[in-house]
Amino acid sequence: MFKTLHAKKDVQLVIGLLIGIFFGFFLQKGGVTKYDVIIGQLLLRDFTVVKVMLTAVVVGEIGVHMLKSLGRAELHPKPGSLGSTVIGGLLFGIGFGILGYCPGTMMGAVGQGSLDALFGGILGLLIGVGLFSEIYPVLEKKILFKGDFGDLTFPRLFKVNPWVLVIPLALGIIAFLIWIETSGW
Amino acid sequence: MEWLGLKQWSPYIVGIGIGLLSCVAFLLSDKPIGCSTAFSRTSGMLESLFRGGKVAEKTYYKKFAPTIDWEWMLVVGILIGAFISARLSGDFRVEWVPRGWSDNFGNTPVLRWGVALMGGIVMGVGARWAGGCTSGHGISGTLQLAVSSWLAVICFFIGGIATALLIYHVF
Repeated sequence: MFKTLHAKKDVQLVIGLLIGIFFGFFLQKGGVTKYDVIIGQLLLRDFTVVKVMLTAVVVGEIGVHMLKSLGRAELHPKPGSLGSTVIGGLLFGIGFGILGYCPGTMMGAVGQGSLDALFGGILGLLIGVGLFSEIYPVLEKKILFKGDFGDLTFPRLFKVNPWVLVIPLALGIIAFLIWIETSGW
Repeated sequence: MEWLGLKQWSPYIVGIGIGLLSCVAFLLSDKPIGCSTAFSRTSGMLESLFRGGKVAEKTYYKKFAPTIDWEWMLVVGILIGAFISARLSGDFRVEWVPRGWSDNFGNTPVLRWGVALMGGIVMGVGARWAGGCTSGHGISGTLQLAVSSWLAVICFFIGGIATALLIYHVF
């Protein structure tokens, strides 16, 4: 772990910016900053988004778990609950289907000149997160912790070494991607 | 360096790039890549322009302080990176309404922008409700084998597919 590097706030801001630049570059090159490609995925006509995401998961899960096994990285799984993850996830999905971008690809869309992402998407997203901060105190009390399972990971749930799941998942995803390719999607 | 100017790369090359980038983020910054928290911070910053210091007292902004952080810079970086990519390939152009939209619903910007605004609002509420978006849950969370993230990404796609099918096949 590069603990001293992690603690340098100004350097971290620059690293964040650089990682973002690469991320945006990759997203645009993948075509996933385009409304047509994203909506094509949601209409199940174009599997570009799923191909990009699943490939990133295969490479990322192997890489990050390798870093962890080498003592070079720590995991930061997000906590979840049925009340927050399922309801929030479905709401996110509805918004995703209407907007045709997700928060990250929307920023990329602005960078490639898509005005609907700039004047519709960014404005709407800012209003949405602002609304959420207003209703948060009530949600926190009544819904967000219903069916709470914390920051659980599958290896902890099944009480196995992470690699027991990392490798089969990678192979499963690769098999799925090959199936998508051969069936013509 | 000709490949830098290509309009589109294979989704698998792009996926490998994003996967490696996730590893770099964990290694150099001890952070998973994510996007939606940055919008909460921005919304808090905008709100404090109007309401001053009281905003920082709100329960939600105590958890996610309205300041510029690593992830906020990352989100700005996405815009810059996509701009560089689009400029290098000649893919950059000011587009009022996306093609797939105008083919089905006409090219009036007001309609598309209004719908995008509504979608953005719902997505913003949902992203913070679920504690992450397609990046934070969909890629960074799933690659850590987090239960919350796999559940979230399944819900993202169920909601997204149902909504898109409804918009394109019913209306």
